[in-house]
Amino acid sequence: MVIDLDRCNGCQACEVACRTENNIAVGGPERAREDRTISWIQVRSEVEGEWPDVRSRFIPVLCMHCDRPPCVTVCPTHATQKSADGLIGQIYPRCIGCRYCANACPYTIKSFNWFAPEYPPETLDGLNPDVSIRPAGVIEKCTFCYHRLQKAKDQARAEGRPLREGDYVPACVESCPTEAMVFGDLDDPQHRVHHLARDPKAFRLLEGLSTEPKVFYLAEEK
Amino acid sequence: MSDLEKIEGLPADQRILLRPLVRTTRVFWFWAGLMAAIALWGLFAYSLQLRWGLGMTGLNVPEYWGIYIICFVFFIGISHAGTLISAILRISKAEWRRSITRSAEFITVLVIGFGAIQPIIDLGRPDRVLNVILYGSVTSPLLWDVCSICLYLTASSIYLYIPMIPDLALIRDLGIRPRWLYWFLALGYEGKPHQKEVLEKIISVLAVAVIPIAVSVHTIIGWIFALTLRPMWHSTIFGPYFVVGAIYSGIAALILAMAVLRRVYGLGNYFKDIHFNNMGLMLLLMSCLWFYFTFAEHLTAWYGGEEAEMATLWSKLTGEYAFPFWLMVASCFFIPFVLMCRQATRGVWGTSIASFFVVLGMWLERFNIVVPTSQNPRLPREVVHYVPSWVELSIMAGTFAGFILVYMLATKFFPIISIWEIEEGRELSVKEVSERVASYLPDAIEEATA
Ligand code: SF4
Ligand code: SF4
Repeated sequence: MVIDLDRCNGCQACEVACRTENNIAVGGPERAREDRTISWIQVRSEVEGEWPDVRSRFIPVLCMHCDRPPCVTVCPTHATQKSADGLIGQIYPRCIGCRYCANACPYTIKSFNWFAPEYPPETLDGLNPDVSIRPAGVIEKCTFCYHRLQKAKDQARAEGRPLREGDYVPACVESCPTEAMVFGDLDDPQHRVHHLARDPKAFRLLEGLSTEPKVFYLAEEK
Repeated sequence: MSDLEKIEGLPADQRILLRPLVRTTRVFWFWAGLMAAIALWGLFAYSLQLRWGLGMTGLNVPEYWGIYIICFVFFIGISHAGTLISAILRISKAEWRRSITRSAEFITVLVIGFGAIQPIIDLGRPDRVLNVILYGSVTSPLLWDVCSICLYLTASSIYLYIPMIPDLALIRDLGIRPRWLYWFLALGYEGKPHQKEVLEKIISVLAVAVIPIAVSVHTIIGWIFALTLRPMWHSTIFGPYFVVGAIYSGIAALILAMAVLRRVYGLGNYFKDIHFNNMGLMLLLMSCLWFYFTFAEHLTAWYGGEEAEMATLWSKLTGEYAFPFWLMVASCFFIPFVLMCRQATRGVWGTSIASFFVVLGMWLERFNIVVPTSQNPRLPREVVHYVPSWVELSIMAGTFAGFILVYMLATKFFPIISIWEIEEGRELSVKEVSERVASYLPDAIEEATA
């Protein structure tokens, strides 16, 4: 995934789309005060300068699906692991809730279910049947909408063709009104992300730690 | 004939050391009742946490680990009191060990159990704890931790039990109740020469074997932290640093236990000033080692000057964790050092006060490792501060009370000082030691006359 920071205007559509798509529990103000809300993607913001010369910067942060994921090495039960597609998945029924992975993730991007999830009654009909609901006491995080990948693969197989760019994008990418997020296969020269990730403006978060994140950012120019 | 009457006719050592088994004072009942009440309260708090989830604690997003993990490291540290110290003293043939090994080994076996349940209390899904075995991942330090703790618990239980067999046989022969228990535990031991030989062989093999196991246990606990990339956890020194801290708090806990046992069971004749003096010297040595490690650890972080590390470091040195940090330095170094470097304050009171501070300081050390790092993640974010909830504090109090209660009960069923080893000391040691000393001396040289 490549995120162009010049295009991100901090509208948080990605956050909303992710919540709806992945049945993320609603914590409410109390959980927010305790810093116990669950969010798989967060638009973090920073205000620069003194008034009236102020400028906001936004950066959406989600699971980086690291190629050398520290969260995976420390998990005692293989509950979080790397799939053949290179995505970092989370097996909820296996997670014992030790939160070791959450401590090991340098991006502080894993969420823990402190209580059983709650949903306002009017939203119950809108829950996504493709995504499981997480019980209390387990860790959850962004999966790059893995369920969409599975569907896209089935579709491609039925049509007897390989997976193409655009067959599948995560909900956040789909919802971004400025098209700041681009999704695809970083290793496939046919895909846009392959070239964008090689742009001189491209950087990754905490690159010095050698976690090899698969989310690239394009630095702001203006 | 009542059990008490049976005891009265025995030789002095046996009479004094077996008396707690047959006579229970009112003070004992009072403290046992109090400890039981606190432990039950802790259990109640835990039942609430089980029912509602870890949300009952004060933990939050960057602060994923709190009191439970602090207590885990702390208790497992205390457990190094027994087996390790007693093994070292046995191997080095320190004769003054005879009256303290048993009480030390009991600390190990009992506290390690209370330590090992802490991470389970900390789990979001304790019902799935078996997954660590079913789906175990060898790359996870948590799996190694489970293995080393199980091994240590097994080895130190055997190491407590085997040297106790002759005493259990003595109690069985006296017919003290509950008879079936002693009959069962004594394994038909009758003190025949070949039985004794086997016994001693097992003890000496175990004494050597438990040392590397004990070292591995705390090294791995250090590595649970050190093998992450978190600032001030990712440190090569953590393995040995944790081992040193563990031995340190273990010695302190043992001194406290000795001081209490001496008072409540009138064992002044067995835990003498010389014992406290010698243990005090060990405290002195460990306080210097502790200071050296702590200094090295923090100097390295400061010199490197990495941004994320500095945030954590300053929060300890001058920031919001300055109070626990400097209290720790005072408790783990200045107070014990000043008290233990003088012969005059190495008595029962001096060592007890120093030990109290060491135990407190070592708890704080675990706090200072876990909390400031958690509160300073690498990617800056707004942080809600960690305040332990009443549930966490109750469970912690319950664990401490539970440990004290079980230790009290242990002194009611088993002689807390090894009777046969004391008797053996009286009969054999003096001769053995003088022979040994004679063997150190240079052989008398006979001038060649021819
Ligand atoms: S960003 Fe964190 S949770 Fe995601 S793969 Fe990397 S270490 Fe794991
Ligand atoms: S919290 Fe779950 S996923 Fe994370 S390390 Fe523990 S068992 Fe693995």
